[in-house]
Amino acid sequence: MADSTKTTRGSGLSRRGFLKGISAGGVATGLVGGAAVQHGKVVEAAPAVVGPGDTAIKLKINGEVKSLTVEPRTTLLDALRNRLDITGAKKVCDRGTCGACTLWIDGQPAYACSVLAIDAEDSEITTIESLGTPERMTALQQAFVNNDAQQCGFCTPGMIMACEAFLKENPSPTRDQVRDGISGNLCRCGTYHGIIDAVLEAAKTMKGGA
Amino acid sequence: MATPQWPKMEKRALLGKRISRLDGPVKATGQAKYAYDMNRPGMLYARCCFAPYGAMKINGIDASAAEKAPGVRAVLVEQNMIGDEVRYVGQILATVAADTEEQAHEALRLIKVDFERLDMVLDDMNPANATGKPSGKEEGTVDDAMAAAKVVSEGEYGIPVITHCCLEAHGQVSEFKDGEMTFWPSTQSVSAYAEGMDQSIEVEQSKIHVDCQYMGGGFGSKFSHDQWGVIGALLSKQTGRPVKLMLERDQELMVAGNRPSAFGKVRVAVSPEGKMTAIDADVWGTGGNGGYRMPPVPYVFEGIPNVRNKGQGIKTNRGSQRAWRAPSHPQGCFITMAAVEDAAAAAGIDALEFFKNNLDLTSRPEVYAEQLDIAAELIGYKTKAHLRGQGEGPVRRGIGISIHTWGGMGHPSNCDAIINPDGSVEIRLGTQDLGSGTRTVVGIVAAETYGLPLEAITVSMGNNKYPFSSASGGSTTVGGVSSSTRIACTNALNALLEVVAPRLGVAPEALEVAGGKIFESAKPGNSIAWKDACGLMGPNPITKQGANEQKASQDLKLIDAGVGGVQMADVSVDIETGVVTLNEMVAVQDCGLIVDLKTAESQVYGGLIMGITYALYEEALYNHKTGRMLNGDLEFYRLAGLKDIGQLKVHMMTTEKYDSRGVIGLGEPPVISPGAAISNAVANAAGVRVPHLPLTPERVIVALQKGGILV
Repeated sequence: MADSTKTTRGSGLSRRGFLKGISAGGVATGLVGGAAVQHGKVVEAAPAVVGPGDTAIKLKINGEVKSLTVEPRTTLLDALRNRLDITGAKKVCDRGTCGACTLWIDGQPAYACSVLAIDAEDSEITTIESLGTPERMTALQQAFVNNDAQQCGFCTPGMIMACEAFLKENPSPTRDQVRDGISGNLCRCGTYHGIIDAVLEAAKTMKGGA
Repeated sequence: MATPQWPKMEKRALLGKRISRLDGPVKATGQAKYAYDMNRPGMLYARCCFAPYGAMKINGIDASAAEKAPGVRAVLVEQNMIGDEVRYVGQILATVAADTEEQAHEALRLIKVDFERLDMVLDDMNPANATGKPSGKEEGTVDDAMAAAKVVSEGEYGIPVITHCCLEAHGQVSEFKDGEMTFWPSTQSVSAYAEGMDQSIEVEQSKIHVDCQYMGGGFGSKFSHDQWGVIGALLSKQTGRPVKLMLERDQELMVAGNRPSAFGKVRVAVSPEGKMTAIDADVWGTGGNGGYRMPPVPYVFEGIPNVRNKGQGIKTNRGSQRAWRAPSHPQGCFITMAAVEDAAAAAGIDALEFFKNNLDLTSRPEVYAEQLDIAAELIGYKTKAHLRGQGEGPVRRGIGISIHTWGGMGHPSNCDAIINPDGSVEIRLGTQDLGSGTRTVVGIVAAETYGLPLEAITVSMGNNKYPFSSASGGSTTVGGVSSSTRIACTNALNALLEVVAPRLGVAPEALEVAGGKIFESAKPGNSIAWKDACGLMGPNPITKQGANEQKASQDLKLIDAGVGGVQMADVSVDIETGVVTLNEMVAVQDCGLIVDLKTAESQVYGGLIMGITYALYEEALYNHKTGRMLNGDLEFYRLAGLKDIGQLKVHMMTTEKYDSRGVIGLGEPPVISPGAAISNAVANAAGVRVPHLPLTPERVIVALQKGGILV
């Protein structure tokens, strides 16, 4: 895989394009120049060339603006974990397959391993750290505990972020809809049975049906 | 005086109830810190340069350019590899430690390795490649029994190498400071992690500290500190900085855990009464660069009177085998149960009837009979079952059966129970929680012993400063820690009862504890609250140790070994596309006394799902010319997802008969049968045996064509 040592900042490739299963290195090449649709608007690309080497950026994470330096090729996942010590999102496949690094970008679930940090500059990034705490969990997190939807727990933060986003779009899901909706997240311990029950329980609780 | 035996079922407040795991909230909120999440001040990131081919002669390794690369603080070359041979792809040749992960990755590309390619062996399906010494036995008169049989069925079966594929890769953070080394590893063995490491890193055993509160999956692959544990420590010593070394996904799948393959040719003789009278099995497979142990064939039906079996290993140029959840059992179970079901089909006998009719050949006929009935009821066997090949139409449905066993005797474990004057309780032991719920089990046992709520107990574990507890493998942990915790807690409680007895005006023997109170058994009104009782202790806490000594604990019926389990699968096979759909799976499992029903059931669900995964999807594919893994990622090394698992039903045997045996481990048993049960269901549906797992569409189509069902 080719590594990007030089790329552009604030390029207009949509996140959706990113997530179509291409790796971060491959994407970088496709970034240079051109216009693309982002958030439904046509964005003119006026790329300032950055890199190679450290580049100062600002990321808005859980409502807080953080300044940091990254290489242009640094993924959002590595920026969070290695530069900012925000470790809820996990690094497992690093190829956009397993969902363990799922977080939200502008409210939409995304794989942090498949987004470059420099391309997340103008977005609102939400990680599991901004949801509940052990003392005050969200309805879904509580349902994960109640239904033992976790064993080793390594896939759990990504699962939670995917399931919370799924419930926003599908407040009254059926069992089969949960199976479809969360099929992008993998677990090795085999907690899927509990996860389905947890999502269904949380949907009920969130509607006040406890 | 309190006695260590388990309380009677009707007197239990917590044991056997459905209780949420203690570390559920910290995991569900992303706050649990795993080895991979440990960030230390000034920490370096290490990455390994690994052998790109399965067999190479290494003439030299030149790391001079890498050493000068930006951010690089140290490069550790595996000097002993120079002049030596690489035996599997992924073998470590050098490791770079740099300020950032990106810099370490970049520097790897500057390492020049001078090598020659060598010939290699990758094919484990061909028994002619076997080099190991054959093992096996011959009992009775196999040939005579075959000749006298009503039916002799014959089949070929195979289960490939799969990986452990822990979601948290192997690795650790190591920090050398003031002559002491601290490790934060992802490990199944906290107390013994540093064993054998002191000489290679030149740090005394007593100055090695190990901490692992959470770990992202092991499944038998994380017992050792491994080569990368030593490398990380040496790099930390050399640079004076903490070092994080976690394997990358491809390396994780290549070198950090392979389950041995198993292929077999098996013949089974069936008497006119429908009894198996002889089995003849030729089994082979590979443990990669490691050794090979013949899987047990016949499995469970060990009483077949005439047995001939032979097993032989093939050394291949791929990573060494490691223990994989229930070592050898899924392989032995698959080959045996598939052969048994083939025998039933050849004799024209319903599979359930055939299994039942042959249970006297097992060591637990009554347990299996009871479990088969329960499983049959749960899956609706009566209405769904048919003889092999009686399905019709393009999508055909079938049911498959398998039975399994496991030991699960609690391992050596030591525990300190501490009762403080303020009434708080702390339990300390050097065990680890792999996600199986060890922390919660320890808490439940302590709370039950003291008649306190679970929240009143502090469980301190996951650190080698606590009393030694063995590695977590082979379903030995829950038995080990339940027993050591129960004994330690009882010892501490008896010391407290000695203190309290005079206040209540009775002998300590007359006292018991429940509901947060210590009281006279004969006169419960004569009582003192737990906290007030502890206040009588004076300034010093009571600390007592407990140890699980297997024989003694077994005599006390705290623990036992040997369980039975039955699984049934209901599948649909699309005979035009070869696609197998799992409709439903049922697991009926015995594990003695259940400490926490909720996490126990999770082990069984998890076992089923892991089993469905290896039955339908998993296979480590290697290029036979280069020795490289072709699917060293999570896209093509497929794990089952939420859509693939069908409907699952779990039934635990909880009656007094099972409960009275004491605690028996549960991690391994439920993962043993799925391959066999699903394969048998596919054979039942499709009308033909698909000989090899995983049951991919291609394999199903080939089998259907060979069987003349698809032309």
